[in-house]
Amino acid sequence: MFLKGTLCAATALTLITAGGAFADGHSATITIATVNNGDMIRMQGYTDGFTAETGIAVEWVTLEENVLRQRVTTDITTKGGAFDIMTIGMYETPIWGSNGWLVPLNDLSAEYDAADLLPAMAGGLSHEGTLYAAPFYGESSMVMYRTDLMAAAGLEMPDAPSWSFIAKAAREMTDRDNDINGVCLRGKAGWGEGGAFITAMSNSFGARWFDEDWNAQFDTREWSDTLNFYVNMMNDAGPAGYATNGFNENLSLFNQGKCGMWIDATVAASFVTGDDSTVADSVGFALAPDNGMGVRSNWLWAWALAIPAGTQQEAEAKQFIEWATGKGYIEQVAANEGWANVPPGARTSLYENANYQAVPFAQMTLDSILSADPTNSTVDPSPYVGIQFAAIPEFAGIATEVSQEFSAAYAGQQSIEEALEKAQAITNDAMEAAGYR
Amino acid sequence: MARNVTTQRKIITTAAAWTIGLIIFFPIYWTILTSFKTEAQAINDPPLFFAFNWTLENYAIVQERSDYMKFLWNSVVIAGGSTILGTLIAIPAAWSMAFVPSVRTKDILLWMLSTKMLPAVGVLYPISLVFVQFNLLDTRGGLMVVLMLINLPIIVWMLYSYFKEIPGEILEAARMDGATLKEEILYVLTPMAIPGIASTLLLNFILAWNEAFWTLNLTATNAAPLTAFIASYSSPEGLFFAKLSAASTMAIAPILILGWLSQKQLVRGLTFGAVK
Repeated sequence: MFLKGTLCAATALTLITAGGAFADGHSATITIATVNNGDMIRMQGYTDGFTAETGIAVEWVTLEENVLRQRVTTDITTKGGAFDIMTIGMYETPIWGSNGWLVPLNDLSAEYDAADLLPAMAGGLSHEGTLYAAPFYGESSMVMYRTDLMAAAGLEMPDAPSWSFIAKAAREMTDRDNDINGVCLRGKAGWGEGGAFITAMSNSFGARWFDEDWNAQFDTREWSDTLNFYVNMMNDAGPAGYATNGFNENLSLFNQGKCGMWIDATVAASFVTGDDSTVADSVGFALAPDNGMGVRSNWLWAWALAIPAGTQQEAEAKQFIEWATGKGYIEQVAANEGWANVPPGARTSLYENANYQAVPFAQMTLDSILSADPTNSTVDPSPYVGIQFAAIPEFAGIATEVSQEFSAAYAGQQSIEEALEKAQAITNDAMEAAGYR
Repeated sequence: MARNVTTQRKIITTAAAWTIGLIIFFPIYWTILTSFKTEAQAINDPPLFFAFNWTLENYAIVQERSDYMKFLWNSVVIAGGSTILGTLIAIPAAWSMAFVPSVRTKDILLWMLSTKMLPAVGVLYPISLVFVQFNLLDTRGGLMVVLMLINLPIIVWMLYSYFKEIPGEILEAARMDGATLKEEILYVLTPMAIPGIASTLLLNFILAWNEAFWTLNLTATNAAPLTAFIASYSSPEGLFFAKLSAASTMAIAPILILGWLSQKQLVRGLTFGAVK
């Protein structure tokens, strides 16, 4: 009898909760899918102000970058309608925009001042001149270095160093006895990790992913030069196990005083000069290196807000985008948390602001962003847009595999020649299967 | 001599069991420990085991940023609902396979199990489209059904093996005494298989609680369970390891406590029928 009662109660509970659950509808609020990083989390803290101002409630779905990408891609392709705003990057925006999956943002209000968006950012978030996502913050990459170690090595970092200077300084600054590595760079597999770094670096060596007929170019001397230079320098002056180091690992090493130089995202500047850094007082900045071929090795990226086509709340979503990526939000954050904490790299006016110019890394961040051109990122002409990626849907899959081969070469599991041969085969096979060749 | 060997063997097996146990527990221990560190201490090299300033700030931040109770309630409803639904379907199914088998019963059982071998992402789009079509996206009910279907093969298999241990003659005797099919299952079979059913319920509750593919891909805000809560603190670019650990500790704590409280029943049920 007891058992019967239990089963009946359990069934009733299930049906009640399920019934209530099925009845869960979408409320009048807007739902935003976003990534988990400092600037985005900070913005969530300010949304109460937006709600008070407009009466529009905001629900957040915060996910890790790769999960977010999968989640929003599924939602947008099945027209799930779970999100009214999505946080996407420079890679997805032109592809999704060209597929008609995003609402064009060419009709934002005059107060929003779309002309104030940094041209490099607006360009990378557009397709055929139409803006499909509004940049919340943007980044490039640059050299962050220890001024004390550089001085101790008797060297002076130029504002725009060459790769040969970086290699020389790295070897000079290395002090294995005291666990100081001359240079820390990404080597971790993944198209957005080590893949992004080596692709941006290869641009400055004259290499490119594809020729104008979409043939892979890993069998060229330029790619061989890039990888040999990288591996030789890292073996002499990089940290042990650099083949598995990504952004976080290098940030940790740098903050603990174990790196002489670190070439990575400009957003890291606020971390290495922040409270968690043991070397905050002795950090200098310089442009990402070049090889005298007219192209530097810095990348360009933006996290931007876009509206999926088919949302029922387009007007409210646009209102939020104007608020979050507008000048008012920047001023609000600056007033409450200081200018060093405002989202960088999106607006020209921010860099004209005298208060922001006083932030130590502001000018170098701007210079890095301005020197990056996604439409003309390689020495020889290439058929794709993008610096550390090629903005085609197939790239993420191919580049992940290629970067795995490169990481295996960094770890000494195969030779550089073998890695390049495999990269060539992987890329050409995939491009053929996708109908490019 | 024989006694000596036995003692030695006991020591070795005990040591081996402890070693394996500690290795398995280490990631959980490390997660809990990291949740009490600052972000800088969390990524310190060499890793800090005890000598650090213990702090509760991560828990405070996580509480402030997320509505933990909402995620917890969703987890309880989804995991509990899917387990109960699954059990209601699996008991009659396992009964028929155990006591009135056909020539194809073994094939059906194997076929059911083979569905577990399909990578979930392979059916992401069909399931998503069904959810969109029936307006089930971001609903607890939809997730209950999906998780029930995912775990159903395991529930049926487990119950089938428990039921096989029960002599068919007892059920026959009940039938001869005039018991209907419903009474036979409810009053004769089920009470005898309670340890097995309890461990099946527990195991499936744990599986549903920890499921992190469908619960992330089919929810947004209304039905998001604790897996989504953890995912919101995972970040490849930025220093959030300590907060992630705090969120993970909060997410695994209820199921850890449940497992602890019910470990006797769980072990008894899992070993039910293993030794004759």
